[in-house]
Amino acid sequence: MRFAKSWRPIPLLAATVACILALGACSAGDLGSSDEGGGTTLSFLVDNAEGSVKPAEGLAAAFHAKNPDITVEVQTRPGGAEGDNVVKTRLSTGEMTDVFLYNSGSLFQALNPQQNLTPLTGESWANQLEDIFKPTVSVGNELYGAPITSSTGGGILYNRKVYEELGLQVPTTWADFMANNAKIKAAGIDPVIGTYADTWTSQLFVLADFHNIAAADPGWAQKYTAGRVKYAQEPAVKGFQRLEEVHKAGFQNKDYRSMKFEKGVSELAAGKGAHYPILSGVVGNLAASDPERINDIGFFGQPGDDAAKNGATIWMPAGLYIPKSTEGAQLEAAKKFAAFVASTEGCEAQTKAFPPSGPYMVTACELPADAPQVVKDLVAYVDAGKVTTALEFQSPIKGPALEQITVEVGSGLRSAADGAALYDKDVKKQAQQLGLPGWE
Amino acid sequence: MSTEVEAPPSGRPAITTPAPPARRKKSPYPYWFYLPAAVIFFVFFVVPTFSSFFFSLTRWDLSTWEFIGLDNYVAFFQESALITGLRNTLIYAVVTCGLKVVLGMLLALLLTSQIMARGLLRSVVFFPVLVSTIGVGLTFTVLMDPSNGLINKSLALVGINGPAWLVDPKFALLSVALVDVWKGVGLATVIFIAGIVSIPREYFEASATDGASAVQRFWKIILPLSRPAITTVIILALIGGLRSFDLIWAMTRGGPGFTSDVIASVIYKQYQAGFYGLSTAGNVVLFLLVTAIVFPLFRFLTSREVDQ
Repeated sequence: MRFAKSWRPIPLLAATVACILALGACSAGDLGSSDEGGGTTLSFLVDNAEGSVKPAEGLAAAFHAKNPDITVEVQTRPGGAEGDNVVKTRLSTGEMTDVFLYNSGSLFQALNPQQNLTPLTGESWANQLEDIFKPTVSVGNELYGAPITSSTGGGILYNRKVYEELGLQVPTTWADFMANNAKIKAAGIDPVIGTYADTWTSQLFVLADFHNIAAADPGWAQKYTAGRVKYAQEPAVKGFQRLEEVHKAGFQNKDYRSMKFEKGVSELAAGKGAHYPILSGVVGNLAASDPERINDIGFFGQPGDDAAKNGATIWMPAGLYIPKSTEGAQLEAAKKFAAFVASTEGCEAQTKAFPPSGPYMVTACELPADAPQVVKDLVAYVDAGKVTTALEFQSPIKGPALEQITVEVGSGLRSAADGAALYDKDVKKQAQQLGLPGWE
Repeated sequence: MSTEVEAPPSGRPAITTPAPPARRKKSPYPYWFYLPAAVIFFVFFVVPTFSSFFFSLTRWDLSTWEFIGLDNYVAFFQESALITGLRNTLIYAVVTCGLKVVLGMLLALLLTSQIMARGLLRSVVFFPVLVSTIGVGLTFTVLMDPSNGLINKSLALVGINGPAWLVDPKFALLSVALVDVWKGVGLATVIFIAGIVSIPREYFEASATDGASAVQRFWKIILPLSRPAITTVIILALIGGLRSFDLIWAMTRGGPGFTSDVIASVIYKQYQAGFYGLSTAGNVVLFLLVTAIVFPLFRFLTSREVDQ
């Protein structure tokens, strides 16, 4: 058998090049369309999490009721890294829907907003937003997004009944928290719920520790972006150490490696587990699965070393963005929709569709008086000014492998120091891809 | 290699070597009959291959690129998950390939012997090949759940405390490999059956006259004469194992942590993170690796075929 083939060059190059050029010129065209009656249809892409789809659909319905000539059509995409991929690919190929929902903060920065998105700085609602939100959807002097959905606290959700029965106090230092865990374990309840089958949930001890980092060093985020401080150093390494400490003490539930997020929420509601390091967005799941127990669950920020600086880490809502590919009548309608989303009517429509997990970022919006306990606990931190926005809203850098690293540290496969050092390496790739100075 | 090879016994067509153009009779068909195939090949294979070599040298966000030389390759080889990924890829390829060859051969022997419901059994063995890989992955993820999965519950009935299949770093990769074998062994079996069936009956009749045992028949007749089939299975299973991704992604996503990452999943995660240049560099490395392993192996196996 021979591999050598006699190759006769046939002059096809010109024809082939022509074909490639023809292929390159095709595009699927505008996804939104004007229908016969002169009305406009806006396509609207959101991730498939209930906490995004429900508010989006509520907004679409309320907006259509107010503007009968505009129909908003909600389409869903996967969440997580797969969703990032969908959004980036559709944006760079010009195939994005007329409006879309996507994270604010570092993920928003990675969309290359100046090139892909329509600035909304001149819109009337742009100066009626909370100041902590604006920078998370801005590049330079331009604002690109309207806040959609509510803010979310990241920290420890706890079962208040368990606390009551065991006579425990909400901890304000990490040592108190670990002491509570020991008592809870002695009472035969799992102190900390781990749900590593959904790997993103493993990151919370590290990400929710950011308030403590910022409390210890207020300029940390800027230095981090400039590449001058690292996760492997104090005070940031503490988050990894805390994750390790909880594992070493045997405080996790037995099946933390295979448990899924939804199961973790119901274990917490049932009081089989006392603490669940997670986002306050869980109230949406609780309202659906255990509405009668929703007020048994409370929230506290991840405690640090200093009780005086105790506070919580808060995640900003997603943004509603308009891609540059939206033009003409679609653009008009899209801007109108963005204005509706960033109004009190918009907040009300969202609250009706899905329970908010924290305060809205439109200044005039109020939370309902019967908000769940978790939200009330979070609002108390916000009102006291004891909140820090998560690192991903203060720095464009977030390494993609954090959730794998935290699974390893939280399962005892890797030490905290090693995990933090590995994360620093992971982050370096992201910083270089973004072309940040100080990382070459 | 100058020997012209006849079509091997399995009926696999040998690649025929065109004679030097000078001596060749002029073909009655014009060259532009090649055009459609050539265009498709060029647009979908040659252009992407060469553009990926180029983009692997850039920092690329799909719309703009910046030439950075070999930095992506440096970064790729410094990736800590790469060592694990490389080791896991080799383990996975060797384990799945070995098991498919051995089990496939045993099944093929069974299914070419005179047994009841042979046709049905052949279909049953082949059936998993037809099922979607993602579907198989999700099904087995449920079956292999350490506390609520059917497998461990069944084991518990006979008093065995089953391992935590997919979430125990010691077992995760092997668990996926076993599922891969379950899914892929049918194809190997069918190729082996074809190989065994095409062995001329005369050999078996002669050996029966000489009083050869079944074991002797296997080692002296079936195994040597189905070598082309074995070559095909080894190559297919090894290439499949080296670039396997879908099943691993559906079942463990490379986890827990990085413990069941293979090269393809490392590359996919880089792509997901938006490191397009870096992941393209990884694909070039994977391409070279598969070529470096499979090409010499193929020559080795086919040269043995010729020698006999």
